[in-house]
Formats: sequence, C-alpha cells, structure tokens
Amino acid sequence: MGEAIVITSGKGGVGKTTTTANLGTSLALLDKKVCLIDTDIGLRNLDVIMGLENRIIYDIVDVLEKRCKISQALIKDKRFDCLYLLPAAQTTDKSALTPEGMIEIIDELKPDYDYILIDCPAGIEQGYKNAVAGADKAIVVTTPEKSSVRDADRIIGLLEQEKVEPPHLIVNRIRNHMVKNGDMLDVDEIVQVLSIDLLGIVADDDDVIRASNHGEPVAFQPNSRASIAYRNIARRILGESVPLLSLEQKETFMDKVKKVFGLQK
Amino acid sequence: MPTNKWITIKGTRDGLTLFMNDSCSWEELLGEVEEILSAKHMAVDEPLITVKIQLGNRYITDAQAETLRKIIKKHNKLVVEEIVSDVILKEEALRWKDETDLKLHNRVIRSGQVLEITGDLLLIGDVNPGGKVVATGNIFIMGNLRGVAHAGATGNRKAVIAASYMAPSQLRIADIISRSPDSDGEGVPMECGFIEKDGEQIIMDRISSLAKSRPELDAFERRVMNG
Repeated sequence: MGEAIVITSGKGGVGKTTTTANLGTSLALLDKKVCLIDTDIGLRNLDVIMGLENRIIYDIVDVLEKRCKISQALIKDKRFDCLYLLPAAQTTDKSALTPEGMIEIIDELKPDYDYILIDCPAGIEQGYKNAVAGADKAIVVTTPEKSSVRDADRIIGLLEQEKVEPPHLIVNRIRNHMVKNGDMLDVDEIVQVLSIDLLGIVADDDDVIRASNHGEPVAFQPNSRASIAYRNIARRILGESVPLLSLEQKETFMDKVKKVFGLQK
Repeated sequence: MPTNKWITIKGTRDGLTLFMNDSCSWEELLGEVEEILSAKHMAVDEPLITVKIQLGNRYITDAQAETLRKIIKKHNKLVVEEIVSDVILKEEALRWKDETDLKLHNRVIRSGQVLEITGDLLLIGDVNPGGKVVATGNIFIMGNLRGVAHAGATGNRKAVIAASYMAPSQLRIADIISRSPDSDGEGVPMECGFIEKDGEQIIMDRISSLAKSRPELDAFERRVMNG
C-alpha cells in the first residue's frame, strides 16, 4: 500500500512543482514505484518540467468525469518504467475537481504505487483543499524569504487541522552568500519559526532552471548540488538518516590559484 | 423611638454603614429600614450622606437590591454607595473562576490563527507573525511572541502581556494599541507590556518589574477581595 504525500507551500513560485518532479525522479532512481499527480488545473506545469507535455491525451478531469480509465490517463515517464504522471486539465472547468474525487483517485492508485506525490496549486482555496484531501503526509516548501515563510506558516496551521502527522519542511533556493551577509533568513531561523521537522535544504542552483527547461528534472544530473540535495531528501523520505548538505561551495584548484594571485576574494 | 432589632448603624468619616442581620426575613428587614429612616429626619440643607450596606451572609437579587436602594433614597438625603454581601451564587462564582482562571495552551499559533480565551492565558509555544492571541485577562507566553497579543480584551486596563521573547507586531491592552517600531529591530527576551497608572499607552519593561507595578497579578484573589 502506497503513501500519498502532498507538496504544498501557500505562496506561488517557491518551487512546489520543481520539488515534486525532482523528488519523484529521485524516488524512482531508488527503485520506488512513483505516481505524480498535478492538481493545478488550468496552470499545469509538472508535465512541462518532466518533459511529458506532448504525451498527454487524457487528464485528471477526464478520469473524474469517467471519460477514460485512470490507466489511460497515466503517462509513463520517458526515462523510468516506475515513474508515472497524472496530468492536470488545462482547459476544463476548475470545479470539476473535488476533494471526494481526489480521494477516489488516490485510493485507486495506492495499491499499485509506493509513493504518490501530489503537486498542490498555490493559494489556500479550493485547489489546495483538493490536493490535500487524499494525502497521508505533507511536505511544505518555502524559500528563505519573509513572505514565503509567512505563507508556509499559514499552510502548516491549516495542515495541522487536517493531517494527523505534522508536515515536513523543505527550504528551497538558498543563496549561501546572501545568508552569510545576513540578507537572507538562515535555515535555523526558519525552522525555529515554523517549528516543524526539516526534511532538507536545496541551494539555489542555475542547473535547476536549465534542467527544467529541457524537460529533464535536475535530479538526473549526477553532480549538481541541487540534484544531490533532492536525492538526499528522497532517501530521508524512505527513512534513511542523511546529514544535511553543506551549502559551502567547494573551492576548486583554479579558485585557489586565483586567490593566490588576488584575482578573487 | 423603636428599637433596632436587625439593623446596626455605624457612622464613619465616609458615611454610614448599615449592618443588616442575615437571619431575619427580608420583609422584616425592609420594614425596619423604613422605620429607622422615617424616624431620623435630617435637615434639608445637609449634604448627601453615602451609605454602605453590609448584608452579611444574605444573598439578595438585583430586584431586591433595587427596592432597598429605592426605600433609602425615598426617605432622606442618603445615597447608597454599595451593597456588600459575603455570599454569591454558585453560578456567579463559576463565572468569576472562569474569568480569572489561567488557561494553559500548548501549541504554536501560526499565521492566520486566532486563539481567544476567557481569563488569563498561559501559552507554551510561539505566536508567529500573523497569528493572534486574545484573552480577557493577562497573557503570559513561554515562547516567542511575534504576532499580535490582546490582553484585557473586554476592557481590563490592568491586564499585562509577558513573553519569554518579545518581538510582537502589535500589542493591545483593553482599548489601547501599540505597534512595533518600523525599523526591523530584534526582539527582547523576558519582557512585558502594561499600561502605567492613568497612562494612555503601553509601556515595555523587564518581566521582573511586574512585581512592582502589578503586585496583585492573581486575578481571582483580587476579585474575591474586591467583588
């Protein structure tokens, strides 16, 4: 029996969809059977980041309105046999999706998958309620910005009313040099305010955007910092204890040489 | 001059105190009040005298108190200042207790959440920015106060707000509001806010100073002593 995890944040643009795609990929890399569900009807993105946009025939609303079977709407990933995507509808009316409908779909998927990751739309209205309805656990994504932390706090409050388990936190897009200067909230401060368990931290990495634009989640790349961070988070979801990644960028030999010659501080 | 069977009158500098026996019937008592007052006429130009009535262990309803006031007012230049009884209804006692009890809550008040209670609040946990706690009495927070706290919400200006770490976005006591300075300052550990005597604004001080400015923090005791 699988586990349904909703990935949410309250605020938009903090990286819910990217996180969903990369955690899905990372879990698939660890040989888990994973299904991603995009619930952002009208503004679907998960298929784009996964590079599966051109394969969509049916979507989640078609499933709910019985125009197709759930197996027909699921899209198999190009790279893995154990990774599937249930895309959101782009054109249909938003109200077609209901919490009951979500629970139905998730209950149907659970026996066949180890993990079901639900990508939640921004906001706390109907879309959020739908996404959260069928989930067993929740992951809250935030960035080290005040507004984002504030919204995460709000979402955690709402989640606590619904879920038995307290949600876990991912701090995304950390820019180490800004944290060091005190221009950005540091992770400890965020965790202290939100007072929930930290699942992982992800550095702000150009590779993420580059990879997303190619329709290939960054988690595939063996060495990028964000990729390692996502894969570590996936291992933590499986119950392993993995130490947090240091945010310090490794000094390369060339950096050291430059430093000696005073070209770089 | 009739003898006073049930009522003892004592004069003090502040006025008269009528001690009323609590074992006779209410009618007897009223009769005697009438008698006493009609017997003692006072000069027209004498100033108003305040009267305090001690009922002992007798409970009277609001209507009864009203009749008593009327009788006294009707006869002379007397004004009833207060009617004191040593007993109250269980119902009222429970209400007092509820209004003055310390309510313990153990959670984080997050953005968008509001915790409203009657009585004093002891919160073990933080109030995050955007969160709000409201109490009719005092507010004590063992944690970080980063949101809004409103003490004495029903108008009690004596209420205080204390927190282990004080960095509120707004403090309210009764009808007075104060907000944090616009400069994004750090908070202060172990601070409290209260309204100084006759003051019109909320003052911040160390928690230890409360012992001086609010020696009688225990509201229930205060209530029992003063009604």
